[in-house]
Amino acid sequence: MKNRLASVTRLGGLRKLNHGHLALAPTSVPISQRRHLQTFEQGPSQRPDSQYVSFPGAVKSAFCHTMKFESPSNYPALPTYRVVDQHGVVVDPDFKLDLSDEEVIQLYRNMLTVSIMDIIMFEAQRQGRLSFYMVSAGEEAVAVGSASCLSKDDVIFSQYREQGVFVQRGFKLSDFMNQLFANKYDPGKGRNMPVHYGSRELHIHTISSPLGTQLPQASGAAYALKMQDMQDPSRPRRVVACYFGDGAASEGDFHAALNLAATKSCPVVFICRNNGYAISTSTLEQYKGDGIASRGVGYGIETIRVDGNDIWAVREATKKARELALKDGGQPVLIEAMTYRVSHHSTSDDSFAYRAKVEVEDWKRRDNPIIRLRKWMENKGIWDENKDKEARESTRREVLKEFSKAEKEKKPPIRTMFEDVYEEMTPDIKAQMAQLREHMARYPEEYDVGDYLDGADSLKE
Amino acid sequence: MTLRTQLVKRALAPAMAPRSSASPLLSLPIASQRQRQRQRVQQRLYSTHPPNAKLNLPTDYSTTPLLYHTSQSALSNPELDPSVRAGKTQRMNLMQAVNDALSTSLSEDESVLIFGEDVAFGGVFRCTMKLAETFGGDRVFNTPLTEQGIVGFAIGVAAEGMRPVAEIQFADYVYPAFDQLVNEAAKLRYRDGTCGRSAGGLTVRMPCGGVGHGGLYHSQSPEALFTHIPGLKVIMPRSPLQAKGLLLAAIRSNDPCIFMEPKILYRAAVEQVPTAAYTLPLGKAEVLKEGADVTIVSYGQPLYKCMAAIKQAEAEIGATVELIDLRTIYPWDKETVFNSVRKTGRCIVVHESMVNAGVGAEVAAAIQEDEKTFIRLEAPVARVAGWSIPTPLVFEQFNMPDVARIYDNIKKVLEY
Repeated sequence: MKNRLASVTRLGGLRKLNHGHLALAPTSVPISQRRHLQTFEQGPSQRPDSQYVSFPGAVKSAFCHTMKFESPSNYPALPTYRVVDQHGVVVDPDFKLDLSDEEVIQLYRNMLTVSIMDIIMFEAQRQGRLSFYMVSAGEEAVAVGSASCLSKDDVIFSQYREQGVFVQRGFKLSDFMNQLFANKYDPGKGRNMPVHYGSRELHIHTISSPLGTQLPQASGAAYALKMQDMQDPSRPRRVVACYFGDGAASEGDFHAALNLAATKSCPVVFICRNNGYAISTSTLEQYKGDGIASRGVGYGIETIRVDGNDIWAVREATKKARELALKDGGQPVLIEAMTYRVSHHSTSDDSFAYRAKVEVEDWKRRDNPIIRLRKWMENKGIWDENKDKEARESTRREVLKEFSKAEKEKKPPIRTMFEDVYEEMTPDIKAQMAQLREHMARYPEEYDVGDYLDGADSLKE
Repeated sequence: MTLRTQLVKRALAPAMAPRSSASPLLSLPIASQRQRQRQRVQQRLYSTHPPNAKLNLPTDYSTTPLLYHTSQSALSNPELDPSVRAGKTQRMNLMQAVNDALSTSLSEDESVLIFGEDVAFGGVFRCTMKLAETFGGDRVFNTPLTEQGIVGFAIGVAAEGMRPVAEIQFADYVYPAFDQLVNEAAKLRYRDGTCGRSAGGLTVRMPCGGVGHGGLYHSQSPEALFTHIPGLKVIMPRSPLQAKGLLLAAIRSNDPCIFMEPKILYRAAVEQVPTAAYTLPLGKAEVLKEGADVTIVSYGQPLYKCMAAIKQAEAEIGATVELIDLRTIYPWDKETVFNSVRKTGRCIVVHESMVNAGVGAEVAAAIQEDEKTFIRLEAPVARVAGWSIPTPLVFEQFNMPDVARIYDNIKKVLEY
């Protein structure tokens, strides 16, 4: 304590030295102590006849004597890494399978689960049984494949089209349905729109709608994990995985996140699902230059572009990315997974208003991550038509069972709308809750409280 | 102007100009000797007071009753824990008190991290001085120039259970972080429901308010933008002792806190501050002076002007005025304000920021809405605040609430 205060009283001295202004601090500092405050580390300086620029901002840039503007078109686009081609044939000679047949089948089943749940829930929304839904058709491999290479303690920030991550980490169909129907078992207590899942147990932060906000949070969370793992070296080291789309990468938060993660050496893997569309805006209108990956290189981040419809490429890249992220005290890694949004943006969107149906059908038929893995499995002789049919049917039955269970459950108590704003309910919010209760008691016919657990009673103090 | 306030203003000058995000001031050409002389003269012109002024005199911080000038008076503060009151005090200005609170929090809790633009060398206002050296660059560090990034990063740190204290160099530059504060920090607990995670460990510090020469982008007080957001706590201390106790409470709080520091007080306000660690209650206003006829509700620097106006009014009119410091501007302490207004029947709200949809609007509406208080009103609730304009450079003395306007409103509500 004494030391701390001693340092505080020295404030005045430093102030005076740095800026030549008198400060109001009461104690002055002996000259002998002041001197060390004035010494600074030697920064880069421009030496005579140097062949390189040594300004602080560009320490390794050679001087040249021909004026030339760099044109992005002179550089080839970063390549797209692929393990298995569209026919399910392995094209990376170094690829070594690290999963058992059962594990591969499980990955396939998880992708299938997402796909089948999507079809059923999209239809349910169309029937008016659900307020909203977002499907992820065409992007199942990015989510399932990457999540399958993370440790269970790794922390995940996702956007809203990563159902596959949730399935892969063990989020049950009942968990999905409880959230989608905002019933009394929904961890979000009926506050969030459908598809805003979250799970503390699975270390997945609850999804929020604003695009890109999760990105700098992921950098900060990764820094926190790094500090915590440093403070307790006995625990296994963790990374953060952060998902986002090509549209979100135009938000300032994306750039802030990459820059912060790079400068603060945060162990975070940024995973971009480049699915070609941000609602109706295609990537042609979203950015110029070489996609999202080139941004990573610009921020000094290890970057790879992969074929997002190839679950093996996604897996290989994620495994390596996780390893890199933990190297040398931590660093960010960027994966740009190229894929195609087969689905509409959401149930509120009809994408045929801005793209041709034939384009979508073509993608569906020509290249689909689920079909690609199926081909690979069939080539290997571990899967066939009958198995596929059985898997699809049993998954469908499972989804429908959980669907009807969750749909019947009551909504959370009305009271929950006033809870969790602050750690403790404020007097103001308590008064407002009482106000609502009294009002509803005077106009009982005007409100339907039957769907909510305990009806109007939950508003009692 | 006293010598002291002159020094304060000049000491702030170098920190004010450069290194703020996108500040164009760096690119100004170097002024000639003559220009500089003229600038100095001008600066004195718009921060000095008219020769015959009786009300709009500079605040004398060395005698104001709002500061504890002796150790004994500081330790008699009933809000302090008995163990703290048995301890010692040290003379500190507000910047040093903030530094002391930060230093205390870093030593008492290993999950506290401090970061922002230029904080490693001590910050442009010197509030984080020596912290990086003492506690290490892993816990106290510079960030790139990105307010949305700083706050987003801090929310991520908090969501993983740590206690980040993020600094925004000037409140005027917090707006890029608005999305993160409003949509993320404030809603994280609510959104996460039974998962139970929150941004509760987060404190965002920012210097705010006028200093006489801050112009459009170094003078703002955007508290009302945050008092509209349930989930955030918005705090503004009036003095060094308050700053230390409230900041420690904010850092220890499990709700995200916006901590706004009136930068004119960093060096101007000096008082005896307990050396021990202590907190002051959040969400609790403080009656600084009792009175029977008018209640003035304010926070931050204008409290000093209120005090001067009250002194003058009480001497001339004979009425007595009660002065309340909200301290936590949201969620605010309605009970203390209502109790006071029920007694006095008159209320004036004073703040620097714009009058439209400001804190005064909220306080006035709440007063007239509360039946037991409304029935006791003898006059309309008055607001003395910044006009509904940006914060212009050479007109600051006409924009910010001053002693004369507060004095005039005391008279008006009494004469109504």
